[in-house]
Amino acid sequence: MDFNLTEEQTLLKDSVNRYLADNYGAEKFREYRHKTTEERKAMWQEFAEMGWLALPFAEEYGGFGGSAIDTSLIMEEFGRGLVIEPYLASVLLAGKAIDEAGSAEQKENLLPGIIDGSVLAAFAFAEPEARYCRHDINVRAVKKGESYVLNGTKALVLNGDAAGLFIVVARTEGQRLDTSGISLFAVDGKLAGIERRAYPCVDGHRAAEITFNDVEVPASALLGKVNEALPVLEKVLDEAIIAVGAEAVGIMDAMVAATVEYTKTRVQFGRPIGSFQVLQHRMVDMYMEAEETRSLLYMAAMKSANGDADTAMAVSALKAKVATAGRFVGQEAIQLHGGMGMSDEMGIGHYFKRLTTINTLFGNGDYHLKRYAALNKAAA
Amino acid sequence: MDISFSPEERAFQQEVRDFFANEYPADIIEKQAQGKELGKDDYVRGQKALAKRGWAAVNWPAEHGGTGWTPIQKYIFNNEMAAAGAAQIIPFGMTMVAPVIIYFGNAEQHKKFLPDILESNVWWCQGYSEPGAGSDLANVRTKAVLDGDHYVVNGQKTWTTMAQWADWIFCLVRTDSSGKPQEGISFLLIDMKTPGVTVRPIQTIDGGYEINDVFFENVRVPVENRIGEEGKGWSCAKFLLTYERTNIAGVAKSKLALKKLRKAASKVMGDDGMPLIDDPAFLAKVSRLEIKLMALEYTELRLISTLDSGKAPGAESSHLKIRGSEIQQEIAELLMETAGYYSLPYLPEQLEAGSNNEPVGPDFAAATAPRYFNLRKTTIYGGSSEIQKGIIAKAVLGL
Repeated sequence: MDFNLTEEQTLLKDSVNRYLADNYGAEKFREYRHKTTEERKAMWQEFAEMGWLALPFAEEYGGFGGSAIDTSLIMEEFGRGLVIEPYLASVLLAGKAIDEAGSAEQKENLLPGIIDGSVLAAFAFAEPEARYCRHDINVRAVKKGESYVLNGTKALVLNGDAAGLFIVVARTEGQRLDTSGISLFAVDGKLAGIERRAYPCVDGHRAAEITFNDVEVPASALLGKVNEALPVLEKVLDEAIIAVGAEAVGIMDAMVAATVEYTKTRVQFGRPIGSFQVLQHRMVDMYMEAEETRSLLYMAAMKSANGDADTAMAVSALKAKVATAGRFVGQEAIQLHGGMGMSDEMGIGHYFKRLTTINTLFGNGDYHLKRYAALNKAAA
Repeated sequence: MDISFSPEERAFQQEVRDFFANEYPADIIEKQAQGKELGKDDYVRGQKALAKRGWAAVNWPAEHGGTGWTPIQKYIFNNEMAAAGAAQIIPFGMTMVAPVIIYFGNAEQHKKFLPDILESNVWWCQGYSEPGAGSDLANVRTKAVLDGDHYVVNGQKTWTTMAQWADWIFCLVRTDSSGKPQEGISFLLIDMKTPGVTVRPIQTIDGGYEINDVFFENVRVPVENRIGEEGKGWSCAKFLLTYERTNIAGVAKSKLALKKLRKAASKVMGDDGMPLIDDPAFLAKVSRLEIKLMALEYTELRLISTLDSGKAPGAESSHLKIRGSEIQQEIAELLMETAGYYSLPYLPEQLEAGSNNEPVGPDFAAATAPRYFNLRKTTIYGGSSEIQKGIIAKAVLGL
């Protein structure tokens, strides 16, 4: 049993931390959020040059073969640094979907562009009427000769505003809510019939509603086996939850530290407010919530890296905890910062908004509590 | 990062499992499984079985008869012991006073006290709290005045757990009132049979008698029963409170309790004709609790893995105490909730071992409300949650 990082992991974590200390943080974030991903492209190229975009992919495709533990290290620092670059969308969602489902030829074609930063990708899985249900897929892909024709709308496609490549989850057979009949397609973003309604999100990240109007793709766009993509979808989303869990841990750590620091210096009634017991105990509660989330993060990341059978259950436990802990730490941090917590100039509110977003991404706490219970019952 | 045990650790785990399956008194495990109360004799027999195997003194250094185990081995042992449903090791002698005697006592004191603790021949209790000294422990008033080669002790200790069974008590007494409260406290070992010692039981809200008042009236205690220097008892007290509290989270015990809860809730009917465990509102509560316990388990594992590299546990053990005690309380509360109406009949005789009383309602029901009431103590004793939060605020957050 060992919770220590390897030397390589420590180096990675430190280098991300140092780079972000110089190039990111609340002040830079406030500037970057007004720019499109395209306008920030130079930074994305630097991410690529440092090898971060290659981390989770196999060496034969130009990657470093990193596990969920390795990507967690990056994501934790991204959380602390308020990074809004599309790492989650392009690398950990779309890239991982290609990695999990694609043939060797497809990986050779698609991964290098993602790894070198020349291609921005997005994973179009959610739908307007599906809420968090993963297999409620109604975007249709109908076989027509040697092509598939896609129709329907995908919701909140992260990085959908900028993506040149979409990995689309579509129904090739059956009805909404069927667990089979789901397939993955790699779709060129420039194809005719793709309609984007792009928007910024409350946390400064960008997304789009993507509508496919008779979009015709070659049969070679199909990733993996037709009708059998649900397990891939589940795996990609579960790993993405570990990633945002790590991001949330980085954010909560930063919020606890910032709140402690603030209450030590903010003087009211002639003394630092951090000397009041009622505030001290609330900060201890925040600290404990953050630490416990970190514990579940390590649990889920290690299980995922080991390929343990109960990984999905661990992931849902983590996400349920991220929901309650993130909400608690975020709200308390704002409260203890008083008026300053309401100010856009402070980092604390931006952390809060990202935590709030993470709570919703890939299913909220209630969804994952139910999923945990169902998986637990199935395992018993 | 790697959460798996090494082959040696897994072999050790199996060895511990085999011991509890084959060599430990089976009737004690049976009583525990049925939720019956254990008597003094049960605890002593359980500990003697451990002593015979050389496993009684988990936390002592090997040269005094301890196991010399690594933190992970201790963790495995504590887990397996709880999972087997064995009686807990009563902490007062084995895990509280003995380490103080080992680290602060002299060779003669080692010889006089340690063997009987190791063999569970002597039952100890803890004389810390007083009517005026609870969370503010340094405010102890029980006075010890030197008279020749004896101290004369006068005062009162309270909330003294299992004092009714105790042969000896270790006490914080005031030997000097002139300086700061922490100064002038000494650590005394007192034979409960000494004239002037009286024990008065205190009934708790669950109806049981496990705690007591202990009165001292001109009790003469030989000076050689003082551990450490006169006036330095506060160091012993602090040492005792932080000494290797690896088992403080009670994760294995709570896991077992949650398993029982799930079993009970799948046998009891819910409100709408399906088992209670399938009631979405109830299931959500159980699931939340399981996730909370998982988080505690991995927080404890993280702490233990740092201990293995030689670091001493600090304020992190306060975190384990706060959350571990809350979880024990919540499980007890949900088990009471599971029993529904049948949590209400008060049938103390049914909790006694060997009772042949026909249960009212399901077997498990009678014990649930008393246990819920009794476990309110867990967030109060051993430093209340508020005291623990004070420790974390200061030591971890630097407030």
